[in-house]
Amino acid sequence: MAETKIHAYYDDDDVLMHAVKKVKAARHHIEEVYCPFPVHGLDKAMGLAPTRIAITSFMYGCLGLAVAVVMMNYIMIEDWPMNIGGKPSFSYIENMPAFVPIMFEMTVFFAAHLMVITFYLRSKLWPFKEAENPDVRTTDAHFVMEVEVHNNEDELKELLLDTGAVELNIIKKRH
Amino acid sequence: MYTFSNRLKIGAIILMALGLVGMSIGFISAPGNVEEAKAYVAAHDDGHGDAHGADHAVAGQEAHDEASAEAHAAHDEHVYHQLSNRPWAALYVAAFFFFMISLGVLAFYAIQRASQAGWSPMLFRVMEGITAYIVPGGIVVFVILVLSVFHFNHLFPWMDPEVVAEDKIIQNKAGYLNPTFFLIRAAIFLAGWIAYREISRRLSIAQDKADDDSNFKKNFRWSAGFLVFYLVTESIMSWDWIMSVDPHWFSTLFGWYIFASMVVSGITVIAMIAIYLKSKGYLPDVNDSHIHDLAKFMFGFSIFWTYLWFSQFMLIWYANIPEEVTYFVQRIEDYKLPFFGMVVMNFIFPLLVLMNSDYKRINWFVIMSGIVLLLGHYLDVFNMIMPSAVGDQWYIGFPELGALSFFAGAFLLWVFRALTKAPLQVTRNPYIEESRQFHY
Repeated sequence: MAETKIHAYYDDDDVLMHAVKKVKAARHHIEEVYCPFPVHGLDKAMGLAPTRIAITSFMYGCLGLAVAVVMMNYIMIEDWPMNIGGKPSFSYIENMPAFVPIMFEMTVFFAAHLMVITFYLRSKLWPFKEAENPDVRTTDAHFVMEVEVHNNEDELKELLLDTGAVELNIIKKRH
Repeated sequence: MYTFSNRLKIGAIILMALGLVGMSIGFISAPGNVEEAKAYVAAHDDGHGDAHGADHAVAGQEAHDEASAEAHAAHDEHVYHQLSNRPWAALYVAAFFFFMISLGVLAFYAIQRASQAGWSPMLFRVMEGITAYIVPGGIVVFVILVLSVFHFNHLFPWMDPEVVAEDKIIQNKAGYLNPTFFLIRAAIFLAGWIAYREISRRLSIAQDKADDDSNFKKNFRWSAGFLVFYLVTESIMSWDWIMSVDPHWFSTLFGWYIFASMVVSGITVIAMIAIYLKSKGYLPDVNDSHIHDLAKFMFGFSIFWTYLWFSQFMLIWYANIPEEVTYFVQRIEDYKLPFFGMVVMNFIFPLLVLMNSDYKRINWFVIMSGIVLLLGHYLDVFNMIMPSAVGDQWYIGFPELGALSFFAGAFLLWVFRALTKAPLQVTRNPYIEESRQFHY
C-alpha cells in the first residue's frame, strides 16, 4: 500500500503559522514542518509536547556543580593543600569562597555543552549526516508543511491552497 | 478608575498605628543613662563580653592603653550608646527600605521609558503609583539625616566632633564627609529624583488626552537624562547614607550593590501590586505574560544582587586586609543568622523557586516568593546599618517590627491613594497595543 503525503510550500512565517492553525483545526495530522529558521510559537500551534531539555539542563548543571566541588576538594585540599589568601586552614568549608567562581563556571560549562550534545543526539544529528529536509529551498526562503493523506487528497489540496500555500507536491512512498 | 477599598485603607492605618506603638515602646525603653544600659545588658544577655573588640576598633571610640577599670567604664558607655541608637537605627532601616523600593521602581520605570519597551505600558500607572511614595519617603529619610546631623542619634560616627578629633582617617575625609556638604548633597539628590518623578507623571497623564506623541517623546528625553543623573547620584547616595555609617570602611561596588537591592525589591512590589489589582478586577489587560516578565526580572536581578554581594565579599575575604575585613568579621561573628539568612532568602530561594518557567505565571506563587524576597532585602539593609549602630546588641523586636509595620502602612496608604488619581491604564501610549497583545 502506498503512503501518500502532501508537501505544502509557504514563503512567509506568518502565513505558515495561520496555515498550521487552520490545518490543525480541520483535524489533519501535520507530520513535520521544515523551516529555514525557528518560528516562534510553531511548536505550540502544531501541538508538540513541550521540550524537556530544560530539565536535562538542570541535571547537567547539578552534575557540573558536584564535579567542581569534588575536583577542588581533591586539588586544593587533599592532594596538595594550598594556603589560600593567607589563611592556611586547609579546610574545604573555610576556603569555599575561593572555589565559588569555579563552581559557577563548571555548572555553566556542563549545562551548556551537555545540553548541546543532548540536543544533537535527540535530533539525530551527527557529522556527515545526510539532510532530511525534502527540498533545499527550506534552507533558504521556503517553509514546507508535510501532511498525511488518507483518501482525502482533493479536499486537503483545496484546504492547503486556501491557506496560502505557494506550491503543492504529492509524495508517494512505497513500503 | 481605581477606588481605594476601605478594607485595605483600614488595614494600612492599623499597620501604621501598631507601628507607632512598637516604635514608641522602642524609644521609651531605650536606656536613659549608662546604669540603665548595664542593667539592661545584665538582664538580657549573660554571655556578653569579648565579641566587642572588632567594633570598638572600627568606631575608634576606645583608647586601648587605658587601665582596665577605665576600659570597663568606656565599654559600658559604649553599650549605652549602642542601646540608645537601636530605635533610631530601626527607624532608619525601615524608612530607607521603603524609600528604596520606590526609588528602585522609579529607575525601572525610567528604563522602560528610555528603552521604549513595548511590553510594559500596561503597568506604567502601577509604577507611577509606587513612585509617588518617593516624596514622603524621601522627606522622612531626609529628616532622619538632619536629626542625625543635630546629634539626636549616633548613626553616623563621623558626625560626632569628639570622634573626629581622635580619628586621623575621618579627619582626612572631612572635606567630603562633613555635615553641611552631606545635607546639601542629600537635598540635591532628592530634589532631582522627585522632580523627574513629577515631570514624568505629568507628561504621562497629558499623553492620555493628547492628539500627537509629543508628550511621549518628551518623557523619553527626560527619562534618558534622569538615568544618567540617577546612576551618579544613586552611587553617591549609597556612600553617604549607608557606607558612611562605617566611616573607615569602603567598597567600590557599593553603589551597584544597593542598586541591585532596590531594583529587585521595586520590581517585586510592582508584581505584587499588579497581581492584587488584577485579582480585584482592575487591569483586565494585564495577562500572565506580563507577570511572567516581572517574575523573570525578579529572578534575574536576584542573581545580579548575589553576583555583586559575592564579588564584594570574596575580594575582601581573599585579600584579608585588616581594615577592610573587619566589616565582614563583625557581621559573621555578631550577625551570623541575618547575614547568611539573607543570602538564602535573596539567592538560594529565588534561584530554586523562580527557575521554572511555569511557576512564574502562577500569581499566588509570585506573591509568596515576593514576600520572602522583600523580607530578605529588608534584612540586607538591616545588615548594612545595624552593626555600626548597635554592634552585637541587635534584636528584631518592638522597635524594628514597629518601624517596619509603620512604614509598610504609610507606603500602602500613599501608593494606593496615588493609584486612585488617574486611570489605571494609559490610553494613548504608542506601544499600548503591543503591550495589550504581549505574549511570551
